[in-house]
Amino acid sequence: MSAWHDPATALILLPLAWATLAFVLGPGRGAWMGMGGLASQTLLAVILARSVMQDGPRVIALGGWGAPLGIELSADGLAAVFLLLTQIVALVLAPYSRDYFRARPDLQRGFWPLFGYLIAALNALFLSSDLFNLYVTLELLTLAAVGLVALGGGRSQAAAAWRYLLVSLVASGAYLMGVGWIYGLTGTVSLTDIRWFFETGIPPAAWLAGGLMLAGLIAKTALLPFHFWLPPAHGGAAAPVSALLSALVIKASFYIILRFSLDSFSPLAQAAALPLGAMGALAIVWGSIQAIRTPKIKMLVAWSTVAQLGYLFLVFPLLADARALEAGVMQAVAHGLAKAAMFAAVGVLVLSNGRDTLAGLLGAAHHAPLALGAFALAGISLMGLPPSGGFLAKWLILEAALAQGAWYWAGIIILGGLLAAAYVFRVLKLAFMLPVAGDGFVQPSRTLAWMAMILALMSILIGLRGVELIGLATRQ
Amino acid sequence: MTTNELLPLAVIASSLIPGLMIFALPESRTGLRTTLNLVGALSKLAFVGMLLAGVAAGEDYVFRHTVLPGIDLVFKVDALALLFVSLSTVLWLFTTLYAIGYLEGSPHRSRFFGFFSLCVTATMGIAMAGNLFTFFVFYELLTLATFPLVMHRGTEKAMKGGIVYLAYTLGGGAVLLAGIVWLHGLAGSQDFSHGGYLSALDGVAHGHLQAIFLLLIAGVGVKAALVPLHGWLPQAMVAPAPVSALLHAVAVVKAGAFGIIRIVYEVYGVEHAHSLGLLLPLAIVASLTIVWGSFRALFQDDLKKRLAYSTVSQVSYIALGVALFGPIGSVGGIVHLVHQGIMKITLFFCAGNYAETLGIHKVSEMNGVGRRMPLTTIAFTLGTLGMIGVPFTAGAISKDWLMNGAESANMAWVAWVLWTSAALNAGYFLPIVWRAWMRPVPIRWPEEAIPRQGWRETALLLLIPPLFTAGAIVGAALLSKESWSPLSWALRIIANEYQSGLP
Repeated sequence: MSAWHDPATALILLPLAWATLAFVLGPGRGAWMGMGGLASQTLLAVILARSVMQDGPRVIALGGWGAPLGIELSADGLAAVFLLLTQIVALVLAPYSRDYFRARPDLQRGFWPLFGYLIAALNALFLSSDLFNLYVTLELLTLAAVGLVALGGGRSQAAAAWRYLLVSLVASGAYLMGVGWIYGLTGTVSLTDIRWFFETGIPPAAWLAGGLMLAGLIAKTALLPFHFWLPPAHGGAAAPVSALLSALVIKASFYIILRFSLDSFSPLAQAAALPLGAMGALAIVWGSIQAIRTPKIKMLVAWSTVAQLGYLFLVFPLLADARALEAGVMQAVAHGLAKAAMFAAVGVLVLSNGRDTLAGLLGAAHHAPLALGAFALAGISLMGLPPSGGFLAKWLILEAALAQGAWYWAGIIILGGLLAAAYVFRVLKLAFMLPVAGDGFVQPSRTLAWMAMILALMSILIGLRGVELIGLATRQ
Repeated sequence: MTTNELLPLAVIASSLIPGLMIFALPESRTGLRTTLNLVGALSKLAFVGMLLAGVAAGEDYVFRHTVLPGIDLVFKVDALALLFVSLSTVLWLFTTLYAIGYLEGSPHRSRFFGFFSLCVTATMGIAMAGNLFTFFVFYELLTLATFPLVMHRGTEKAMKGGIVYLAYTLGGGAVLLAGIVWLHGLAGSQDFSHGGYLSALDGVAHGHLQAIFLLLIAGVGVKAALVPLHGWLPQAMVAPAPVSALLHAVAVVKAGAFGIIRIVYEVYGVEHAHSLGLLLPLAIVASLTIVWGSFRALFQDDLKKRLAYSTVSQVSYIALGVALFGPIGSVGGIVHLVHQGIMKITLFFCAGNYAETLGIHKVSEMNGVGRRMPLTTIAFTLGTLGMIGVPFTAGAISKDWLMNGAESANMAWVAWVLWTSAALNAGYFLPIVWRAWMRPVPIRWPEEAIPRQGWRETALLLLIPPLFTAGAIVGAALLSKESWSPLSWALRIIANEYQSGLP
């Protein structure tokens, strides 16, 4: 099979193609191109996952030239899991976006091409096998994401996008500087070759270079204390955009950190593990407290992302236990599905009562039961209650923590679950109250709530299929 | 898949599927909703009948699904599971009938019955759970399914009750999870087994096992309303009467009590728990709860609140029976799981009838109510007599076994606890009965909503369920020697748990 016919390659080229076509053909046909493209991509991701599961990981040399001359893609189990997550979330959000933007064709014009480029960048990132390609894909991803945040052009959205762009550029700069330095030291950017290099010893400069790269990646993942750009950007964007950003985009830089610590940079990463875990713990507590306090519903969901990201970083100090990696993957997938569902559901709730405050939710169980149901199910996963993907992630990381005697991480995880319950039930308790008489509610398209529900159900049902997911993620 | 794997799933599905379908029904489809409810309840009854026959004949019913490497979701139907399953199934049928009558014409009925069915599904899962992981899954599901029921009325007070309920139960769940994962790290994933699976564990410090026991019991103790973890129960009284009935008799507090039984008998093993010195503290906490709950009940004028504190007290009889080392006390505790259920559900049905028919919510408003609503008041009276432990009621059977168990365990002080509780029970129940029958009828009832029609003092669907369960209170005592009585079934369970055998 030629490299150009490989599902991995197609997963990068296909979204580029439909994004460009959507730009040329306009939003009406563009939406259909996007949905068709995403459906095919989902199929391709499934085919890729099956083949990785059966035959193991593989390397695809584009144009027949292997590294270091040409570009290589590498697809292993971890990549396959993130590719699947990305295609599925994007596929469900596509019809959602089409209905959500129905009244605003001007936004649709920009949305579909940016959406396509965003997915292409994500797919390329998950398949990259060298430091420089990772930089390029990360940069593409940021540009598409910033464009999506700015969509709509309101003053606050522009400000949030501007801030996001600045942080991202500085972060990318730091990462690139680190990459350049590593290249100077080792003469290679290939992840496999760097691993060989470090086996002979770590020069002091490598610590600094690695630190720069890590700082850049952390800032892009919005780990506390670099989280400040996230709530306004995710909380201010249009609902489908918030869903894409919180579910997928921030996972990309986490994915890179995870890859590095598992493989090429593992000797360096061990030194950073404890600070990463501590920052994660702080993020869990601080993000949840902010989510409990904010008066705006979308900000609540955005702060919840800050908190949930914290769990991902608790994985690093525990990586000595195999279950920690499994927990990290499970958490990334469960949070991806649940957070996309939650932003989608909140989009419906805000459309239906015309306000974005929590007080506006009074009686929502009565007039928007389906969207509220999706919010509640997604909330179950975020709280880590069974049966859900979030619960399995919590169980695995608790086991990993207690097996290593790290009861303090276990305590944080349990506390985080209770704090999450506090902000999720802030919404649910209001929704069950009797509605205030005389308030007008509009009924948005049913598709919107159903798409949120599908994502939410997936975040729950993945909790019954942990074996398969973990089997794929750890396929070496 | 074999029939023996499918039957436990069918028991779960017979309330889960109707529940999910009911959520999707528009409010106006009353007939279809009622049909779904009844088809679910009756088919569950049929499945449970098949299980009862099978288990009595020595069949094994196990379903297993691997969720994570080394962690299974397991349903296992043994005699203990069936005791709880049958109780819940029968009382669910009555409560459904009652709720249909109770909620007639009120809003949000699809939502109500949907969560009602989920609540019973969770209870079934708890009863049939074959290991701690599965138990936890359904224990938390129960919390989530009951929250909307407690908040059902949507008032400020309902919201407060709901939030207090959540704070307690989610906190308890978190503690329980910590205990389960810790134990899992020490002992691996093991199914519940007769005599427990920890006694075979060598080389684990006793201190660890004791600390885990504390976490586990504190976790389930919240739902079982052990003092000082009982604060949510009186607050949750804002829920509609059928919900209170279900919460107090079948679902929530019973799930907690059932958890204590499973943990002591089938995780630690009662003999091992005794040798670790865990049973005496549990007996002391249970005794304090029994006395404190009864004491607080004395001062409640709100009828449902008085019943709630009475539940706090009565459910701990189960924990006390479990904690009395020796088979006789254990029989008393386990049989009380059923007996308390039928007695308490009767009392809550009656309280609901008084409120719906005449607008009576307070004890002080109950003067002469026996003459206006004699059938309901007869049922109520039987319930109170059972609670006190008067002969020829189910309560007397439980109390006899507990008394004898205390004696054979050389814990004479427990007999004093039981006598004190009986006196206090009489102290807060008999004045109500006296008022209802002896005091003159007031000129006007607080709010008469359902007029009398001949012998029918209230709506038929409200009247039949408490009459049946009141009959069961006497029936369980008179027929206790029969092989299918709760007592015989409890004896069968205990025979499995004590290696030394029954006296």
